[in-house]
Amino acid sequence: MKKMTLHLRIWRQKDANSPGKLVSYTLNDVTPEMSFLEMLDVLNEHLIAKGEEPVEFDNDCREGICGMCSLVINGIPHGPEHATATCQLHMRHFKDGDTITIEPFRAKPFPVVKDLVVDRSAFDRILAAGGYISVNAGSAPDANTIPIPKEIADEAMDAAACIGCGACVAACPNASASLFVSAKISQLALLPQGQPERKRRALRMIEQMDKEGFGDCSNHAECEAVCPKEISIVHIARMRREYMRAMFC
Amino acid sequence: MPSFMSTVRSSVGKKFLMAITGLAMIVFLIEHLTGNFLLLQPNPEPYNKYAHFLLSFGWLLIVAELILVAFLVIHMISGISVFLKKRQARPVGYHVTGSAGKPSKKSFASTTMIYTGIVIFIFLAIHLKTFKYGPYYETTVDGVVMRDLYRLVNEVFSDPLYVGGYVVAMILLGFHLRHGFWSAFQSLGLNHPRYMPIIYGLGVLIAIVLAVGFLGIPVWIYLREVVL
Repeated sequence: MKKMTLHLRIWRQKDANSPGKLVSYTLNDVTPEMSFLEMLDVLNEHLIAKGEEPVEFDNDCREGICGMCSLVINGIPHGPEHATATCQLHMRHFKDGDTITIEPFRAKPFPVVKDLVVDRSAFDRILAAGGYISVNAGSAPDANTIPIPKEIADEAMDAAACIGCGACVAACPNASASLFVSAKISQLALLPQGQPERKRRALRMIEQMDKEGFGDCSNHAECEAVCPKEISIVHIARMRREYMRAMFC
Repeated sequence: MPSFMSTVRSSVGKKFLMAITGLAMIVFLIEHLTGNFLLLQPNPEPYNKYAHFLLSFGWLLIVAELILVAFLVIHMISGISVFLKKRQARPVGYHVTGSAGKPSKKSFASTTMIYTGIVIFIFLAIHLKTFKYGPYYETTVDGVVMRDLYRLVNEVFSDPLYVGGYVVAMILLGFHLRHGFWSAFQSLGLNHPRYMPIIYGLGVLIAIVLAVGFLGIPVWIYLREVVL
């Protein structure tokens, strides 16, 4: 099996209060079939064998659907492959001898917990502020009892694809959370089930986003380019309409 | 329901104001450039008459100027606020930065808005001091005594230092508008997949026309007055 040698520069940070730094490692037994996270698993096995602390990184489903994996790989959140979460990135996209710099998602509202792990609970607080709908308790309604035009359903589904990973924040030169928040507001504003809280939702989620300390959106659209679910900044425009509608209509 | 002031200060409201004031100032620039094309004529009369016509609006002109100043101040405050908040939002930066490519619109223009904006503001202060509050020459056209602004413009643009400064400032204005125009529509929530490519392209066109137009006038005058 073909083996690759990689030079890794990885952000190591003991805990939230310690200063961190980039540490270099050389890995000789990387195969192109490995996923990026499997490559880090191999590194950690070597580190543990040597009695060193393994590199902490977030991951869960490793199927690109849970939003848990993160990492800024050579300056791009989720790495160089378009519409791909880090866990779905494979080492065949790198060359033998490459140097790869791996950093955590950077934003004040995403404090580093350890190494490459950041605390993204700011997103949970934004969702709790308004990212919900009222439902009647009791038996589940029959499917398709509320007619929704195909185009609207498609648009809402595009927004609902957001897995809340936070790559939009990491990629934004301003560390703005606008793409995440707009995906949630957009999804629910489009559907009939989202109507009762429509105005309140837009106001409260944006208020909470600002309170968390995310930056303002300058329309660089870098978020759309790194989003593993290809969520469009069209939703940010809708979020702004929703906010103005809630304020003045 | 949040108050009006908290709306204005919110991340969405701030950009809304920036967009409206920015677009209004682009409209002013288009008018300004159109009028200034009269400077390209070797005959000073049409330009002086045009400037005199504008001044004849009296208090209406002052109101328009005050509105423009207010728009400029709002635009600047929101811009500086975005810049400061951005620095707070990412106290620790990246060692390696990059762009994921299309559909990103991150560019030299989009990442330097605060700096091009500051240069344009400094330019504007010098520009007003040089012309609006500059030396007052008089001339008589059709028996009417009026300011000979044409003469002042010719004098100023015979100095290669001034011409060079204008060229640099106007190129930076072009970059500012190249991101600013389409971005204003996005900030106002006006993004439709069918029309946005047209607006984006129109932004590039407006940036080039205004930058080349405004830097072309001093270059033309310099060539006419000094070189030829």
